Parts: sequence; structure tokens; C-alpha cells
Amino acid sequence: MIEPTYVMEESEELLFPGHLACQGCGATIAMRYVLKALGRKTVVVIPACCWSIISGLFPSSCLDVPLIHTAFETAAAAATGVRAALDVQGQEDVNVLAWAGDGGTFDIGFQALSGAAERNENIIYCCYDNEAYMNTGIQRSSATPVGAWTTTTPKGGLEDRPKKDIVPIMAAHRIPYTATANVAFPDDLYRKVKKALSYKGMKFIHILSPCPTGWRIPSSESIEVARLATLTNLFPLYEVENGDTWRVTYHPSRKMPVEKYLDAQARFRLMSGEDRDQIQKNVDKSWQELLKRSG
Amino acid sequence: MKKVLMGNFAASHGVRLSRAQVISAYPITPQTHVVEELSAMVARGDLEAKFIKVESEHSALACCIAASVMGARAFTATSSHGLLLMHELLHWAAGGRLPIVMVAVNRAIAPGWNIWNEQTDTLSQRDTGWIQLYCASNQEILDTVIQAFRLAESVKIPVMVIYDAFILSHTYEPVDIPEQDTIDGFLPPLDNPEALKVGEARAFGSVTNPDFHMEFRIKMHNSYRRAMEEFEQVDRDYAALTGRGYGIVEPYRCDDADLIMVAAGSLAGPVRMVVDDLREKGIKAGRVKLKMFRPFPAAQLKEALKPAKKILVLDRNLSPGTGGIFAHEIRSAMKDDSRPIWGFVAGLGGRDITPELIASMFFDALGAEAPVSNTIFKGVRL
Repeated sequence: MIEPTYVMEESEELLFPGHLACQGCGATIAMRYVLKALGRKTVVVIPACCWSIISGLFPSSCLDVPLIHTAFETAAAAATGVRAALDVQGQEDVNVLAWAGDGGTFDIGFQALSGAAERNENIIYCCYDNEAYMNTGIQRSSATPVGAWTTTTPKGGLEDRPKKDIVPIMAAHRIPYTATANVAFPDDLYRKVKKALSYKGMKFIHILSPCPTGWRIPSSESIEVARLATLTNLFPLYEVENGDTWRVTYHPSRKMPVEKYLDAQARFRLMSGEDRDQIQKNVDKSWQELLKRSG
Repeated sequence: MKKVLMGNFAASHGVRLSRAQVISAYPITPQTHVVEELSAMVARGDLEAKFIKVESEHSALACCIAASVMGARAFTATSSHGLLLMHELLHWAAGGRLPIVMVAVNRAIAPGWNIWNEQTDTLSQRDTGWIQLYCASNQEILDTVIQAFRLAESVKIPVMVIYDAFILSHTYEPVDIPEQDTIDGFLPPLDNPEALKVGEARAFGSVTNPDFHMEFRIKMHNSYRRAMEEFEQVDRDYAALTGRGYGIVEPYRCDDADLIMVAAGSLAGPVRMVVDDLREKGIKAGRVKLKMFRPFPAAQLKEALKPAKKILVLDRNLSPGTGGIFAHEIRSAMKDDSRPIWGFVAGLGGRDITPELIASMFFDALGAEAPVSNTIFKGVRL
């Protein structure tokens, strides 16, 4: 069980009402929780992604903190620049948040991300993962899971490669803190951001953020579907400290079949039964490996 | 204090004296010495700055952009392929009205790999919105870097300080290094009121719909036009302190010249030498050194070219199918002028441009009423 923190409810609200996200957008919920944990002394960097739009059109912004929009592939490099400027100005206590989607993290921004991690830049990088290029209209990314329909993995050519396993890759950079999180588990997310802040250096949090439009689910079921991802062990919640200390932060009380998660989303409707069986096997295997790593 | 410095180290001293706060760069020949020396200056404590060893030129400029948005004085250096990799971010920096200064060392572009001198790399970035200043000596490199920060911060446009691979970058010349106090008086600490501040709910670069985008670009255009006047002021102020100024264009023996050659960068030196030789032979030759290419100083150039009966342009660059880029720009600026313009292209990929070759260009123009074609390649085997 995750201990409820309650602190979150008392913490400051840094997301104004009036953002431009779709109904049920996981990425917006994720930002709200993360900012609550980071607090007002934060500068946010956002590359091209859904959040380029969500934050509002000039001259508006829905964030109550400074926000820098930057080129698609530059979230980690731009966050590095913000950090450098703050440090030379004597503002070492200000948090720098790089906030990117899966495309900007797994694909086009991966080089800059790896560079910043290798340099151990004192920033927190959050990837809100909705598993495709949703802002441009649902094209597959390397975070798109096997069997998913997108506009570039259409009927007859569904995604056939496994999702890039980003967290172990980031942990392999031996950065102080790497974790997964899920908008359906806000206390876990909040606690992880707080824990990340206790480290100086690079922090990476991978947040599963459902996209009702792209996942083909009713917007009212966003959190339910996200919760199933973790309850079925398909998206386990864990953290890695200093690249070598792994810990599962949530153990589902009973095993739930992956089918439950897949069936809840029309994007998986075209997947074959064989693929479903294979996914279940992969999930079971990965979960066992994770438990082993966690000691 | 006078020191014998290679062009790249002259640039480093310019950056040190300008008290850059954030330096982010990636190695590329022939620029690398600039940032090597800067990293040594930071390590020695001669310069209080953050030196960030990024994993690409693209990240180098992204890093400078974000640091500049936060109000820090930012610098990077690159060349050729590195500059081309930055292309997208050159637009970001200029569109964001960020006073970043960059050193760009002119080097040819592959394929095939070629580390030698050619101007096509910077000239192909002419529409990104950066001010471009070309240098003809190591002293001019140091001075121009310092001037560039003042200019950039005054008009809120990033500036590229440009000089030739090896001919300047790796060549040692005596350079006067001004005292820090002198430069502190010329270039005060950066105080950008538009910088983002912690605790303020402001955004940089938000989605801008058609209601606003065009006005932003027009404001940029107008500031860009103003940059010429501003540079003249910066140049005068700098000359008052150090005795050295360069001008947007620098005419040499043009007052009574029949033939005037326009050249940018280190070529301005040998062309001047050839002009002297030709004068001794009784040929009325002159030279115009073009320091500023963006914004394009059409009026100053026209004024300097007034005495000429024939105009010659020397390009160490090529827009394939069009010809020399300087010649193209000058023809466009002189479209209502009936005087003939010879466009010579030479020295691509680091091939030598000898005084004899330059003299042969003057003789070509001397012996003809008009050029045989728009683009004349010189010093070639074809």
C-alpha cells in the first residue's frame, strides 16, 4: 500500500485554471502534482509536445512559475542552460524542471537527455508518457507499445516492436535518482518528486499519462485505465537510486491479467490473441526481473 | 598589454574580457582552441563562468539560449558542420531576441571532409536573423567579440563574430589585450529587463497565433535595421577607449579609384597589398572591406563604391547555380546602377588565393567593358 501523504492537498496550486488540454488529459494532471511537489521556486522548460499547447497561447500561461518553451530536441540541454544561469546568479536553490513528452524524450530529445544525465546536471527531468506523438495526431513513437494502433501503425501494420525501456537506460547513466510514476497514483508521484529533490544532480521520472484521444478511451476513464497499467504489472512503480539500488514502490495486492488493461482501450482492439498472450508473458517476465533486481 | 596570439586565442581573450557567464560548446576544427582556452581560463579562475561541455553543437546553442532567457551573458563557438547543426536554434536565438554572441570560424562543408577555409557555412545562415561581423586580423577578432556583446545587448539581436579557418584561427599575430577595467567601462554587466525571473508567472516562446506573429517579426526587422547605426556608435565608443575602430565598411584608396574590389574577412589584407602594387603601376585600384554582412549595409557600400567605374567582388564561397554570395547581395543592392560588376569566386575549400590571382582579377576587369559571365571562377583547372 502507498501511504497517503495528504501534504499534497495543502501544497500550493501552481497550475491556473483555463489550460488548453483535452478532457481527461493525464499530462495535465501530472504537471499539477509535480509542481505541487516542486513549489514556487521552480523554472519549467518545455520542448515541443502537447504541453506547448496546454500551457496557453501568447500572451497567456497557465503556470504560476516561469516557463521556457524550447525546440523539440532540446529539453535537457535548455534545462542545463537554465541551471547554469541560475547558478551564476547565485540561485542554486531554485528547481529546474524539464517537462517533455515521450517523443521529446525517447526519440528526438534522447541525445540531449543522455548528455545531461552523463554530466549529472542538477535538474529534474519528467517525461509524461502518452505513448505516441499525440499533439500531431497520434503517430507512433519509440514509446508506443506492441499491438497499438496509431495513425502510422494502422490496421495491417500495428506496432510490432517493444516499447523502449527508458528507465533502465537512464539508471545506467548512474544518475542519483530514476523512477516511474503514474497519474493514477498521485501520492507515489508526489513522494518521488520530493525524494528526487533531496538529491543534487540529475533526476529522471517517467510518468505514465493517459491520452483519451490517442488511446481511444472515454475521457472519464483516464485514471481508471492508467491505474490498470500498474495493477496488471504492465507499468510497475519503482525507483532506482544511484543507478544500482532498485526498489518497487507499489506491489499490487492480487495479480490482474493484462487483458483488463488492453480491453479498456480501443487502440488495442486490432491486436491478435497471440500478441495478447505474448504481452502477458513479457509482463510476467519483466515483473519477476524487477522483483529480483529490487532484492 | 601586447601578446602574440593565434586568432582563436584572441577570441578567447575577447570573451574573458566581456565576462561571459555561461559558455557552452562542442569541439570542432578549427574553432576548438577558442573553447579550450576558455575552459582553461575558467579552471584558472581568470573567468567566472559556467563552462558546459555539451554533447553536440545543437545542445550548445540550446543551452546558451535558455541561459540567455534567464538573463545570463552567454557565448558559444563553432564552425562549418557545427554551425549547420545549430541552424534551427539560430532562428530560436534571433526570434527570441537573445543577445548571445558566437564565434563562427569559416570552414568548408562536406562532402568530402574539408577543414580548410571557405565562407559558405556562415553565409548560408544569412536569413536566420543573426548579425554577422567578419574580421580581417587577430586584433580585430578580439575587439569585435567585445563590441559584439555590447551591440547584441543593445539591439537584442545575437551576433556572429566570423573569421577565416587557419589563415586567422591558427595564425599568430601581435594583439593588444585591453585592461579589464577599460572593457568594464565599455561593457557593463548584462541587465536584461525581459529576462525571466524566478517567482514570476511569465513564459518565453509560447504558441503565437497569426494575430501576433507578424508584428513580432516586424519588430525584429526594424531592430535589425537599427543595428547598423548602433554598431557605428559601439565602434566609435570602442575607438575612443582603445584607439581602434573598424567601421561597417572600410574603403582603402577608393577616393579616385576606377576599379574597386569588395572583399570580406582576411582577404581584405592581400587585396589591399595588390591595390598598392597596382597603384605603383599606375592603375587606379581601390578596395572595400566589408565587415558587416547582416544587416546588409547597402547605403554604406554604395557610398564607398561611388568613385568606381568598375566593381569587383571576391567571394570565397558559392551558392551553387547562383555564384558568389557577396556578389549576389551587392548586385541586388546596386540593381539601379549601370556600372559593371565582376563576380569572382576563388579559394573554395582552402585553396590559396595568391596576390597574383587577385591581380589577375583586376586585369580581367581592366581589359573588358563587362564581365564574360556573372560568376568567374579563378585559380581552377577546369
